[in-house]
Amino acid sequence: MGRMNGLVLSLGALGFGILYLPIIIMVIFSFNAGKLVSVWSGASLKWYAGLLENDQLLSAFGTSLLIAVWAATIATIFGICIAVAFVRFGNFRSRLALSAIASAPLVMPEIVTGLSMLLLFISMESLFGWPSGRGVDTIIIAHATFGMCFAAVVIQARLRDFDMAIEEAAADLGATQPFIFLSITLPVIAPAVVAAWLLAFTLSFDDLVIASFVSGPGSSTLPIVIFSKVRLGVTPEINALATVMIVVVAVAVIGASWAIRRRLSSRDQNQ
Amino acid sequence: MVRGIGKYLVNLPAVTGRRLVIALPLIWLAVFFFLPLVETLQVSFTSPRRGIPPYEPLWGIGDDGFFTNFTTGNYALLLQYWSDYFGPAFNSIKLAFFSTLVCLLFAYPMAWWIARSNEKWRTILLVLVMLPFWTSSLLRIYALIGLLNPNGFINAAGLWLGLIDAPIQMMQTDFSIYMGMVLTYLPLMILPLYAVMVRLDADLLDAAADLGGSGIQIFRTIILPLTLPGIIAGSLLVFIPAVGEFVIPALLGGPDQLMMGKVLWTEFFRNRDWPVASAIAMLLLAILTVPIIYARYQDGRDAVAETPNPKQAEAG
Repeated sequence: MGRMNGLVLSLGALGFGILYLPIIIMVIFSFNAGKLVSVWSGASLKWYAGLLENDQLLSAFGTSLLIAVWAATIATIFGICIAVAFVRFGNFRSRLALSAIASAPLVMPEIVTGLSMLLLFISMESLFGWPSGRGVDTIIIAHATFGMCFAAVVIQARLRDFDMAIEEAAADLGATQPFIFLSITLPVIAPAVVAAWLLAFTLSFDDLVIASFVSGPGSSTLPIVIFSKVRLGVTPEINALATVMIVVVAVAVIGASWAIRRRLSSRDQNQ
Repeated sequence: MVRGIGKYLVNLPAVTGRRLVIALPLIWLAVFFFLPLVETLQVSFTSPRRGIPPYEPLWGIGDDGFFTNFTTGNYALLLQYWSDYFGPAFNSIKLAFFSTLVCLLFAYPMAWWIARSNEKWRTILLVLVMLPFWTSSLLRIYALIGLLNPNGFINAAGLWLGLIDAPIQMMQTDFSIYMGMVLTYLPLMILPLYAVMVRLDADLLDAAADLGGSGIQIFRTIILPLTLPGIIAGSLLVFIPAVGEFVIPALLGGPDQLMMGKVLWTEFFRNRDWPVASAIAMLLLAILTVPIIYARYQDGRDAVAETPNPKQAEAG
C-alpha cells in the first residue's frame, strides 16, 4: 500500500494547501505597503491604521456585532427548546411538524430564505403595520430563525448522551421539571449550549445573502459593506480587516479545542 | 437572576411548560420560515407593477368585492426565455455536481489521513479543517481573488519564475468557481467522511492485506462500501447549498457563469421584478426537492442506526 499512501498524502496536502494558501498570502500582504496582493513593496501597518479610521467599516462592524449577539441568543434559547422537545418529550403530537420545519432551514438555499423573509415582512407591514420598514430588527429575526435550527442540532447531540438517571433521581427526590432543567441539565449541557451560541453567532456574523434582502437603509452589516467594496475591486483595507478577524477566530477555535482536550483527558484520568 | 426565573418557572404547571417548550419554536418557525415560503409562492403567481411593493396583491377584497390577480405568466416567462433561465439552472446543477466531485477528490484522502493519524495529529488536523469553517466565507473568497487575479499572486509568481510569459486568465472562469466552491465547502465534505473513517476497524484492513488483497482490491471491496454513508452525507451537504450559491458566481464568475442564485439576485435587485424572482425561487426549490428529501431520509436512518459516542458529541 506504499504507493497509495503517497497518493493519499499528496492529495491531502494539496487539499490543505487550497484551504490555507489564499488566507496565508492575504495575511502576508495585509502588511504590504503597496496596494497589490502580488508585489511586495515594503512592510507597513498603514492598512491597519486606515481600518481604524474607516467609519463605514467600523459602524458596519458594530451593526453586525449587535445583530449577531441578539440573533445567537434568541437562536440558542429556541434551539434548546427544540432539542429538549426532540430528546425528552418522546412522541408528542406535533413532533413530525416540528422536525420537518426545524430541519428544512438547514438545507434551504440562503437566497430563497432571504427573498421569502423579505416578502413576509412586507406583507406583515401592510397588514399589521409591523415591522415598519426593514432594519436591524428584521435581520435579527431572520438570523435567529435559521440559527435556531443549527443550534438545535448541536444541543441535541449533547442532550442525547446525557445520563437520564441523574434527572430521574432529582425527580424522585421531589424536584420539579423546570428546576431540574435549570439546576442539573443546563449546567451539564453548557459546553454544547456555548458551542451552539458561537455557531449561531458565526452564521449571523458571516451572512451576506439573507441580510442583503432584509436589511434597510442604515442597517448595512459588515458582509454587505465588504461585498460592495470587493465588487469594486481589491481594497487592501479588507486584507487588514480579514487578518484581524482570522486571528481572532483562530485564537478562539484553538483555545476552545485545547480546553476540550484538557477536559477530556482530565475526565479520562478521573475514571 | 437565574434563580428568580427558576422560582417563577417552578410554579408553572408541568404540562403548560411542556407545551410552551414545543409551541414557542414551532410557532416562530411557522411564522418566520413556513409562512414566508407560502408568501413567495403567492407572489410567484402575481404580476409586477410600479409601486411599493412592486407586485399586485394575489387576492383581496376591493370595492367590487373579492378579486384575484392570479397569473401563471411568470412561469410562462421562465419557459419562454428558456435559454435565459434554464441555462443558469442547468449550469447551477452542473457546477454544483462537479464541485461536489472535486471536493470528494480532496476530502477523501484528507479525511483518511486525519482518521489514520495518532491522537495528537488528529486533533491538530481537525482544528485545521474546522478553522476556515469558522471564518467568514466571504473573506476567504476575497482572499482567493487576490490569488487568481490577472495581477494576483499566482500570475506574479509564475511570471517571476519564468513559468508563464503572460498572465493566465483564471478569474471569471469555471476554474475560479470550482476553486471557490472547494474553498467554501471542503470542510463540509471532510467531516462526515472523517466520522465514518474513524470508526472503520483497522483489523479489517490488516486481515485483508494478510490474505493477499492488493491496495485497490481492499479499497474497492472494504473501504469504499464502508465509507459510502459518509460519501453520501458529505455530497449532499456540498451539493445542496452549491446549487443555490450566490456569492461564488457573483464574485468569481464572469458574466457567462450564470447560476440560479445570481439570476434570482439580478431579477430582484436590478430588474426589480419580484414575481419572476419568486418564480425562480420556486424553481430552485423544485430542483432541490429530491436531494433535500433524500437528505432527510438519510438523516432519519442515521439517527436510528447510530449509537451515541460521547467523545464525538463533545467535539461537536
